[in-house]
Amino acid sequence: MSVGQGLLVAVLALPALGAVAVAATPRDRAARLVGTIAAALTLLAAVPLVFGGRGWVAWSAGAPAVLPWHQLDLPWVPGLELRFHLGVDGISWPLVVLTALLTLLCCAYTMWRVPGGGSGRALVALLLVVEVGILGTFLALDLVLFFLFFEVVLLPMYAIIAGWGGADRRRAARKFALYTLFGSVLLLVGVYVVVAAAGTADLVTLTGGAGLSRGTQLAAFTLLALAFAVKSPLWPLHSWLPDAHTQAPTVGSVVLAGVLLKMGTYGLIRVAVGVAPEGARWAAPVLGVLAVAAILIGSLVCLAQSDVKRLIAYSSVGHMGFVLLGVATLTATGIQAALIGNVAHGVITGLLFFLAGAVKDRTGTGALAELSGLRETAPRLAGLLAFAAIASLGLPGLAGFWGEAFAVVAALQVGGPLWTTLGVLAAIGGALTAAYFLRLLRQVTHNRPSPAVGQVGAGLAGAELTAWVPLVLLALAIGLAPTLVLGVAEAPVDALIGVVKP
Amino acid sequence: MNVVQSVDSVALLPAYLAAGTAVLVLITDLLVARPRATIAVAALGALGTAVASALVGAGAERRTFCVGADCSWIFGGRAALVGAVVALLTLGVLGLSVPALRAGRSPVGEYAFLLACSMTGGVVLGAAGDLITLIVALETLTLPLYVLVGLRRGSLASAEAALTFFVVSVVATTLTLLGAALLYAVTGGLHLDRLGGLLAEQPELRDLPLTSAAVAVLLVGLAFKVAAVPFHAWAPATYDGAPLPVAAYLSTASKLGGLIALLAVVQRALPADQTGPVLAVLAVLTMTVGNLVALRQRRTVRLLAWSSVAQAGYILAPLGALALAVGRTDEARSAAYAAAVAYAVFFVVLELAAFAGLTALRPAGADGGTVDDLRGAARRHPWRAAAFGLALVGLAGLPPGLAGLFAKVTVVRALLDGGAAWLALVVALNAVIGLAYYLRVAAALWAPTPLAAPNVGGAAAVPVVGVVAVVLAVATVAAVVLGVAPQLVLDLAGR
Repeated sequence: MSVGQGLLVAVLALPALGAVAVAATPRDRAARLVGTIAAALTLLAAVPLVFGGRGWVAWSAGAPAVLPWHQLDLPWVPGLELRFHLGVDGISWPLVVLTALLTLLCCAYTMWRVPGGGSGRALVALLLVVEVGILGTFLALDLVLFFLFFEVVLLPMYAIIAGWGGADRRRAARKFALYTLFGSVLLLVGVYVVVAAAGTADLVTLTGGAGLSRGTQLAAFTLLALAFAVKSPLWPLHSWLPDAHTQAPTVGSVVLAGVLLKMGTYGLIRVAVGVAPEGARWAAPVLGVLAVAAILIGSLVCLAQSDVKRLIAYSSVGHMGFVLLGVATLTATGIQAALIGNVAHGVITGLLFFLAGAVKDRTGTGALAELSGLRETAPRLAGLLAFAAIASLGLPGLAGFWGEAFAVVAALQVGGPLWTTLGVLAAIGGALTAAYFLRLLRQVTHNRPSPAVGQVGAGLAGAELTAWVPLVLLALAIGLAPTLVLGVAEAPVDALIGVVKP
Repeated sequence: MNVVQSVDSVALLPAYLAAGTAVLVLITDLLVARPRATIAVAALGALGTAVASALVGAGAERRTFCVGADCSWIFGGRAALVGAVVALLTLGVLGLSVPALRAGRSPVGEYAFLLACSMTGGVVLGAAGDLITLIVALETLTLPLYVLVGLRRGSLASAEAALTFFVVSVVATTLTLLGAALLYAVTGGLHLDRLGGLLAEQPELRDLPLTSAAVAVLLVGLAFKVAAVPFHAWAPATYDGAPLPVAAYLSTASKLGGLIALLAVVQRALPADQTGPVLAVLAVLTMTVGNLVALRQRRTVRLLAWSSVAQAGYILAPLGALALAVGRTDEARSAAYAAAVAYAVFFVVLELAAFAGLTALRPAGADGGTVDDLRGAARRHPWRAAAFGLALVGLAGLPPGLAGLFAKVTVVRALLDGGAAWLALVVALNAVIGLAYYLRVAAALWAPTPLAAPNVGGAAAVPVVGVVAVVLAVATVAAVVLGVAPQLVLDLAGR
């Protein structure tokens, strides 16, 4: 087993073993520490995956469209075409690192504060199990294995929302579980539509269509796109998201918004577009229209929100709309925009949910009407909130800019009346994004302190800074040097576009 | 013509052992008269039957009681699997019964004897090669259950359940026999393979209205046994009235028996173009109605009963692929049969684990209670609740219950291989409905206990009987192992 393969196994095994160790440690605080260490080791194993294994620069015709830097391929259940096939490339690596980082920050945050409802030990164990599922989804190069990991996430996340969430947590958790399962059973059918027609579940072989007939590709793409649209979520299948995000505990919201949604967009790029390119070309206009509808409707709904967490949750609908618009253009620019938009959204929205959670913990309320003048009493918290909001609305120089701008550029590049209109409408949606975030800031940070805000102390806990600073720095770094993400993704995206284009 | 047949006793060994167990239990109870000894004999007998089934099945297929090429006893891979699984389920149910037997709720000797008789039926069923053997075996499997269901002393619900079960079952058997008789009238044969051959070779026989009537009546009779909708109404009342371990037996071994019987006639005797559409409709109705009604249940055993109705629908679903010509190629057919058997095996393991979990969480000899009685169980009994929760999640078909996930995957795969994408979608959407109620039970386990506990029996800590804990542990370990290595089941089911 090479070093790369060892790292691949370690990335999945460390959080899994960590979860077991956390469950087996009797003392609550020690258990949380064990979990945090496991998450840190996972991040340490995930980062070096970028080194080595890149013996090629540009995609050339005839080569397989997916060339993993490292891969591991073991048989598991031949009767179901299931192989334990893992691999990492430039499309998945940034997301793998983002997942490992956010989980680590959430575990570290839990060291300091455990939301009410259950033991911190169980929460950390569940976070690690969720991490295994998400990382597995990003690393799987076998369709059936991809589906399997996709499912692993569901119940632990349900338990996090139902166990540690807000007042209405049970309904929200149940809605989340049923909606997401609805998506993943469609994924199951879609996966086996492909497997039954192609006789293999190997993503490396399948990417590019693998000689699937047009009918099969259309059916497969419809099923897969629906499945990922629920997870992403794409309007009008998004209605689980605001409830789940609002009710989930802070760490749950961070993981949900930060990386769980990315399973949908990643799946759309890697599986749906990769395996059924003809279906993707056929459905691209529909996808584009829905994505722009999501941007506009998400922004308009945000303008009318009265709760901080709910507003940030709905803003995810709009941001994921930009990502999906990028994917729908089926151009290299669009897919690149989608990838960087994914990562940026994970970093910024993760930060926003941390901050919203901090505000809610301090003031005891999330209602915008009861919050004002935060900068008077807690200037540092207000400053961070302003930074995150501005990053999220897409100010150039910060991470959120690239994904939104290039999604619009990609739509305009495709040209034609439809895509030009979509590009223009998406740009208007971007302006609306600015409007609602500025409204949020004016309401929360400016004016005289409200009674709820008046008693807030100015200080920030060390654990809070530990959790937030990496995200702030990352938002800056990706904003100033987008090549951090785009550099590694360029070659695999070109390869993908090479097989997707007719 | 030689009237003296040579009998292959090795092939019959599992049946001998199973029947011998029943007799031995009766004698032990009569002579030793100690409950412990009786249960031990029954348990050893069941274990021996399972081992014998596995050993005999490991070799080549053995046939005996033959007339020409047609045999009444065919002990191959499928028969060995069914025999071993039924015997192990009997063993498990026997273990779950220990608390109730100790509490003196049922007479031990009779209980163990009836269970062993039922096991004998199950073992014979898998190897049956003609319709008469099949129906007699199925009756041997169910007949003792009428008594077992009603055996709880002083329980009116139990007696009612037994009577419902008895009446419905008798009607079902009559229908099945009528179907067999009509088929005999048409073809002059009773051996499954001979019937299949005749109907395939002579299309004019297949087109007779009498044949269609025979096929329909036979299927309906067997559908009663597996509680397929619309022939399901007896199941929830019977399960809920029966003692918990007997309900466990009904929903595992007895259901498996019915399915194997159905599978045997569909696979070997009846024309697929006639059975396919009927089975497809049955499967869709069964899973949808079962799931929708389970959503509304408040009593745990009723919920499990309706869910097992739904699960029978998933088992029948692969056979529904026979409705289309694409699904009737040899390859697709064998995949469909294997998928049905594989799902059934995954299901019985998880269902036994679920019933074992429920038994362990309830006071000795109690019935299943309501879902609310289980609230907060995880705080009092973390391990038992975790095992029960794992079984429920497995039945819903989600990780970490991987066995159940692979079961669903197997069915969906077989359906798509057979070109029945619509049926695969129905199965998939039903899985979503299923999650809603399994999740309700699982969530109740970890929910905080209400402050004013209305039910003393549910709220107090329950001491677990060692045997029940062992059954629960073994069933859970089996479910986990099958979840990691599902290929074991897939290989056995494909034989």
